[in-house]
Amino acid sequence: MLAKIKSKWTYLAIAALLVFLILVPFDWFLGQYKGLAIFIGISTMVTVGLCLLMGYTGQVSLGQAAFYGLGAYFSAVLSKTYDVNPWLAMLIAAIATGGFAYVIGYPIFRLRGNYLAMATLGLGLIMWILFRQLSQFTGGPDGMAGIPYLSIGSFVFDTSFKRYFLVWFFCLAILLISQNIVQSRTGRALRAIHGSEAAAESIGINVAQFKVKIFVLSAVYASLAGSLFVHHLRFVSPQPFDFLASVKLVVMAVIGGLASVWGAIFGAGTTRILSDELLLSFGEWDIAIYGLILMLVMIFTPEGLFVKLKDVFGRLRLRHSERGAES
Amino acid sequence: MQNHLKWVVAIALITALVAVGGMSCTSEEEEMETYKVGAVFSLTGPASHLGVPEGQTVKMIVDQINANGGINGHPLEVIIYDTETSAEKCATMVTRLIEQDNVLAIIGPTTSGNSLAIIDMVTAAEIPNISCAASTLIVQPVEERYWVFKTPQTDKQAVTEIYIYLEAQGITEIAIITDTSGFGAAGRDILIADAADYGITILDDQNFTSGDTSMQSQLTHIRGTNPEAIVCWATDKESAIVAVDMQTLQMDTPLFCSHGIANMGFITGAGDAANGVIFPAGKLLIVGNVPASDPQKEVLTQYKADFEALYGEGTVNTFGGHAWDALNFVIIALEEMEEGLDTAEARAFIRDEIEQIEGFVGISGVFTMSPADHLGMMPGSLAMIEIVDGEWTWLQ
Amino acid sequence: MSADQFVQYLISGLTQGSIYALVGLGFTIIYAVTRIINFAQGEFVMLGGMLSFTLAISAGLHLVPALLLSVLIATAMGAIMYLLAIRTAKRASAVSLIILTIGAAIFIRGIAGELWGVDFVRPPFFTGRESISFLGAYIHPQALWIIGTTIVVTILLHLFLSYTMVGKALKACAISPRAAGLVGIDAKAMALIAFAIAAALGAIGGVVMAPLTLTAYNVGVMLGLKGFVAASIGGFKNPLATVAGGIVLGIVESLAVGVDWGPFTSSYKDAIALVVLLLILILRSGRLAAEERES
Repeated sequence: MLAKIKSKWTYLAIAALLVFLILVPFDWFLGQYKGLAIFIGISTMVTVGLCLLMGYTGQVSLGQAAFYGLGAYFSAVLSKTYDVNPWLAMLIAAIATGGFAYVIGYPIFRLRGNYLAMATLGLGLIMWILFRQLSQFTGGPDGMAGIPYLSIGSFVFDTSFKRYFLVWFFCLAILLISQNIVQSRTGRALRAIHGSEAAAESIGINVAQFKVKIFVLSAVYASLAGSLFVHHLRFVSPQPFDFLASVKLVVMAVIGGLASVWGAIFGAGTTRILSDELLLSFGEWDIAIYGLILMLVMIFTPEGLFVKLKDVFGRLRLRHSERGAES
Repeated sequence: MQNHLKWVVAIALITALVAVGGMSCTSEEEEMETYKVGAVFSLTGPASHLGVPEGQTVKMIVDQINANGGINGHPLEVIIYDTETSAEKCATMVTRLIEQDNVLAIIGPTTSGNSLAIIDMVTAAEIPNISCAASTLIVQPVEERYWVFKTPQTDKQAVTEIYIYLEAQGITEIAIITDTSGFGAAGRDILIADAADYGITILDDQNFTSGDTSMQSQLTHIRGTNPEAIVCWATDKESAIVAVDMQTLQMDTPLFCSHGIANMGFITGAGDAANGVIFPAGKLLIVGNVPASDPQKEVLTQYKADFEALYGEGTVNTFGGHAWDALNFVIIALEEMEEGLDTAEARAFIRDEIEQIEGFVGISGVFTMSPADHLGMMPGSLAMIEIVDGEWTWLQ
Repeated sequence: MSADQFVQYLISGLTQGSIYALVGLGFTIIYAVTRIINFAQGEFVMLGGMLSFTLAISAGLHLVPALLLSVLIATAMGAIMYLLAIRTAKRASAVSLIILTIGAAIFIRGIAGELWGVDFVRPPFFTGRESISFLGAYIHPQALWIIGTTIVVTILLHLFLSYTMVGKALKACAISPRAAGLVGIDAKAMALIAFAIAAALGAIGGVVMAPLTLTAYNVGVMLGLKGFVAASIGGFKNPLATVAGGIVLGIVESLAVGVDWGPFTSSYKDAIALVVLLLILILRSGRLAAEERES
C-alpha cells in the first residue's frame, strides 16, 4: 500500500517539476528571471558533481572552479580561436578536463582530510593563475569575447529563451544520470566507502579507484557546465573561477546536501537567488552572509541543509502516517 | 525510501518561489513617468575604489536633477547594481536591468573586463551602454560597437602622454613594472607596443600581483639594468608599495605611474615617497591650477565642490568623474526626447543623440562623438601631474 | 646578478619570509593542538593591522597602547570564534571543520569590509622611514621590526611550550590527543588556548607588518595562503620549523625574481608558493595520510 503511494507521489512530483521548468522562461510566468534560471541550471551541474564527490568520498574540493574554468576555456579557445565546432569543442573540453582529473586524481587522493583540501585549493589557484597568465591563449585577465553561439544545423541558440532549455536539458540529464549511478552497484559501492573505507576495502572494493572515478565525473560535469557558460555569455575571463567561486560552489553543495543528487538544485537555486536577487543592495554584507550561512549550516546540519529538511519532513510524515495507521 | 518527500519539499519551495515571483511581477507597476536608467559599478571587489565614487557621483546627480524638477518634468531614477568586479555578476546584473527593470540605457561597468563581457549582450538587446572603463577595445572596432560608448581616457592616451613627456626629456631607456591584473596587463601591452614610436627602449619588464606586499625583488632586478626612468602601471595600493620600496632601496630613478593613482589613497599610502612621482590624469585633480580660459574650469570646480560637500574634503577623484560624464550623456539625450516613445524606440533615440554629442564639456575631458569615434575625447584632456609636498601640481 | 643585488634579494626575502613566518605560526599552533586548519588565520593578521590603524590614527591613541589593544581584541575574537563556532560543532568531521573555518574567514572579511570600507590604510611606522644601509643593500626600519618581532616571538613561544605547564600541556596534545586526554589534560581548554594564542600571533604579525605592507579588509587571503605554505614546509610541527619554512619561502620567491631563466617571469612569483605546497603535499602524502588516520 505504502509502496504504491510512494511511486504515485514521485511521478506526480517529477511531472510537476517538469511542467514548472518548462513554463519558467515564458514572459507571462517567470520569464524575467530566465537569465537567473540559466545560471542556476549551470551552477546545479557543477554542484551535483561536488555533492557526490564530497558526500561519497568524504573529502572537500576547494578548487572545483578549476574544472569549471577548464571546460569554459577549452570551449572558448577551441571554438573561437581555432574555429572548432562548438559541440566538438565541448566534447574535447570534457574529455580533456576529465583526463586531467584522472591524472591528478590518484596522487591527490593519497592525501586525506585537511591535506587533500589544501591540495585542491592549491590546484584551483594554480589553474586560476594559468588562466590569467597564459594570455596568448586565454586573453589574459580581461578574458576574451566573441565566442560563438551553440547551434544545431541552422537553429542557433541565440536567445536566453532558447539557451534556457538547452542548459536545463543538460542539467536534468546529468541529474538523472547521477541518480542512476547512485542507485546502481557503483552507488552501493560508494555508500560502502562512505560508511567505512576499511570495511569497503575488505570486501574487495578498490576504494582509490572509486574515489578517482567520482572525481573525474565531477570534473566532467563541471567542464560541461563551463562550456555552456561561455556559450551563454559569449565571453570568458578568469574571474568566475577564483577561490571565492570554489567556495561558493561548496556553499551550494553544503546547502543542497552532500551525497544528495536533487538537493543540488536546491543548493544552487537558493544560493543564486540569495546572491542575485535578495542581497543586491548589501555591499560587502553579502560575503559576510555567505560566511555566516556556511558556519551555521556546518555547525547544525553538516550533512547538508536540504538533507536535514528532508529528514525533518520525513519524520513528521512518518509520525503522521503512524497515527493514521493506528486509527 | 524517502524520495517522494524531497519532492514535496521541492514543490513546496518552488510554489513559494512562484508566489513571490508572481507577486513581484504584478507589483512592479511601471511608472511611465519616471525615466529609468541602469548602472553597473564595481561597488565591491578589487575595483571598488573606482566603483564606489562612481556610484556616489550618480546618486549625487540624481538627487540634484530631481530636486530641480527632473528632466522635462520626469523624475530620474538610476538603478545601481554591484558587479563585484566579476564578469559573470556583471552580465547577470545587466540582463536584469534589461529584462526585469526595463531601463533605457546602462552606464558603467567600471572595469574593462566587465565592459568587454557585456558588449554582445547590450548589442543584442539594442540598448545604449556608456562604459566607465579604460580599454580601447570597448569602442573599437567601432563598426561592431554601435551601441557602446565610453567616457574615460584610454590606456593608450595615458601611455602616450607619458611617452611624449619622456621623449621631450630626452629619456630613451626605461624599465616597466606592472600589475598582472587587467588594468596593469593592458597598460603593459601598450607600453611595449608604443615604445619604439618614441625612441624608447624597455630594458626590463617586471610584474607583480595585486595583494603582493613587496616589490623589492623586482625593483632590485630593475636596478641592475640601470634605466633612466621607471614606469609603473597598477592601481594605487600596489603603486604606493612600489614607491615606498624604491625609497627604501634608495633608488632615485624618476618614477612615472598610471592614472590609477589619481586619488589621495596613493599619497597617504606612500607618504613622502609619493613626492616626485609623475602621472597623467584628468584635470580634476589640479582644478585649482586650471586657468579660467579652460572650458573645463567651471564644470570641474562645480563638481569638486558638490562632491566634497556631500562626501568630505579631498574625496573627489577622476573615477567618479567618468560616471558624471556618462550619466550626463544620457541626461542630455533624455532632455531632447519626445513623449510617448516605447522602450525600444527610446533606447534607439538615446543612442542616436549620444552619438551626436559635440563639444560637451565633461569632467574627464571635452567630448565630441561621431559614428567613427565612440570615445570622442579631444586632445588636451589629460594633464601631466607631479606630486610635490603631498599635493598635486600641474606640469606644463 | 651582482653581489649587492644578491644581498638585497636575501634581505628582501628575509623580510617577506618573516611575514610569512608570523602568519604561519598561528596555523601551526592550532593544527598541532587540534588538527584543525584554521582558514581564518589570515583574517586575524588583517584584523591586527586594521585595528592598529583605527586605534592609532582614528582614535588617536599612543602607539604602544594602540598596538597592545589591537592584539588583545584580536585574541578575544579568536577565542570567541573557537567557542561559538568550533566548539558548538561537536564531533564534526575534518571536512566540516574546514568549511566551517572558511565560513568564519569569509564572515570576518565581510564584516571588516563593511566596517572599514574597501580602501587600504597605512598605520604609522614604529620608528620612522629612513632606510638603513647594510652590506651593500638597504632595509626599511619597519622591516627590522618585523624580523626582530619574529625572532622574539619564536623564542618566547618556544620557552612557553617547553617550560610552562600550559605550554607543555599543549605540546602533549600535539603529540597525541588521546594520550593527553588520558593524563587528564582537558582537550577543549587546550583548543581554546591554542586558538587564542594563534589569534594573538596573527595579530602581532599584522600589527608589525601593516605599516610596511599596507593593509585592507581583503589582505587575509594572500597572507593566509603564504603563511599556510610556510607552516606546511615546517611540517606543522614546531615554531622553529614554521619560521624556517617561512624564511625559506620568502627567500626562494625573492631569488627567483633575480635569476633570469627561461619562461619564468616575475608574474609567476606567487605560483612558487603554490607549487611548493603541492610538492610538499605530494612528497609527504604517505606520512600525512598516516597522521590523519591517527587522529
